[in-house]
Amino acid sequence: MGSQTPLFAEHLALGARIVPFAGWDMPLHYGSQLAEHLAVRAGAGMFDVSHMLPVDLAGTSVLPFLRRLLANDAARLKDPGKALYGCLLNPEGGVIDDLILYYLGPERYRAVVNAATAEKDLAWMRGQAAGAELEIRPRRDLAMIAVQGPEARAKTAPLLPAALRDRAPALAPFFAAEGGDWLVARTGYTGEDGFEVLCPGAEAPGLWRGLLAAGVSPCGLGARDTLRLEAGMNLYGQDMDESTSPLAAGLGWTIAWEPTERDFIGRAGLEAERQAGGLPDFVGLVLTGRGVLRPHQRVFADGREVGEVTSGGFAPSLDRSIALARVAPGTGPECAVEIRGKAVPARVVKPPFVRQGEPLIVLD
Amino acid sequence: MSQVPDDLRYSKDHEWVRDNGDGTVTVGITDHAQAALGDLVFVEVPETGRQIAAGDACAVVESVKAASDVYSPLAGEVTAINEALGDAPESINDDPYGEGWIYQMRPSDPGAVAALMDAAAYRALIESE
Repeated sequence: MGSQTPLFAEHLALGARIVPFAGWDMPLHYGSQLAEHLAVRAGAGMFDVSHMLPVDLAGTSVLPFLRRLLANDAARLKDPGKALYGCLLNPEGGVIDDLILYYLGPERYRAVVNAATAEKDLAWMRGQAAGAELEIRPRRDLAMIAVQGPEARAKTAPLLPAALRDRAPALAPFFAAEGGDWLVARTGYTGEDGFEVLCPGAEAPGLWRGLLAAGVSPCGLGARDTLRLEAGMNLYGQDMDESTSPLAAGLGWTIAWEPTERDFIGRAGLEAERQAGGLPDFVGLVLTGRGVLRPHQRVFADGREVGEVTSGGFAPSLDRSIALARVAPGTGPECAVEIRGKAVPARVVKPPFVRQGEPLIVLD
Repeated sequence: MSQVPDDLRYSKDHEWVRDNGDGTVTVGITDHAQAALGDLVFVEVPETGRQIAAGDACAVVESVKAASDVYSPLAGEVTAINEALGDAPESINDDPYGEGWIYQMRPSDPGAVAALMDAAAYRALIESE
């Protein structure tokens, strides 16, 4: 048996199919993954993401520390509450993890890291922080619920503590508001509007039930994966890992090259890679033939192998299969993917596939 | 609890077999199997006329989660396939023993059907999993 979040009893009561995930017992779905996916696109869905780890970072050295730790530049966070997506790199430029960093206030930040990499990330951060004036505090006491969809913000705001009830609806995208141990952020992993709410574990079931009563659909990890894939968002461990640089995973936009004197971990590796050239393209694929794209399927173009699918699956909003893939530069627009020994035609596209409920991919 | 109709025979790989009484049988996957797979989004059926051996991977059902082989419970010739699954793979979730049938075949050994598990034995199998 794995670890359980403060919402585990809620999942059981709702009839969730529980699966092991990164050492946690998590809901895969509550009956139909497809229905959950579509509920998020059309209304509002909620996800227990309490298995992810919030890490509070504070102290007089915290900003210089973060500017060295992350490939994105924490100095870009000038307004309290602002959030930033970025990668934690090893010296070679490989991705240790991807995370969201929230600027809570002067010399106070919170990173939210993936469940599977949480202990590795903490050890890495602590090793890099040795000797610095800095406190690194994992917040296992906090639960996290992502409420996503066009109706998510309106259904969530009335359920927040009084101090956040008025501030939450006014948040701009990628901003958060803090009230005591609660943090509400206008962020997510679905391509829809919504909030991610962090709160003390003991208060999470009350929020969950309030959302349920407001008509928010409980959604499992299955729908979370198809939603993020349609949104063209990477999944750590699948689309990138320690042997992949952000440049080979479509995450070049998260690298802050300027100012050039900022010496972040992995910079030399990335610069060498960029100079060497010949980097693969990280693209979207839409299957035009029949079947379902899955990770590690081989991609072919003009009769030769050009790469592989990193994330693939069925896109409920498009009623066809899509994928993210790493391929030789210049591949496309037509290619083929090997599915059970057969070459099935696919088209190279630029992700995202779906945003704010609207398909962005048009096939003639 | 999964439905396990009394009038069908079952394989350990979670296929069901219905004896059509005319020398052919109908094959599908059980309610237990469809629930474990999750929402089905694609089905690949065998070709009519194909000779298959017992245990052959003769069809593929793909859910939102993963692709799974369907193993033929019997040896014989495929006589019909459920073409409607091409547009409606979800029939297997909604009605695994009816609209969600996958293929029909003529077993080379008509006596082999009776050698498969009956409903009681299959219920015991899924309870032990």
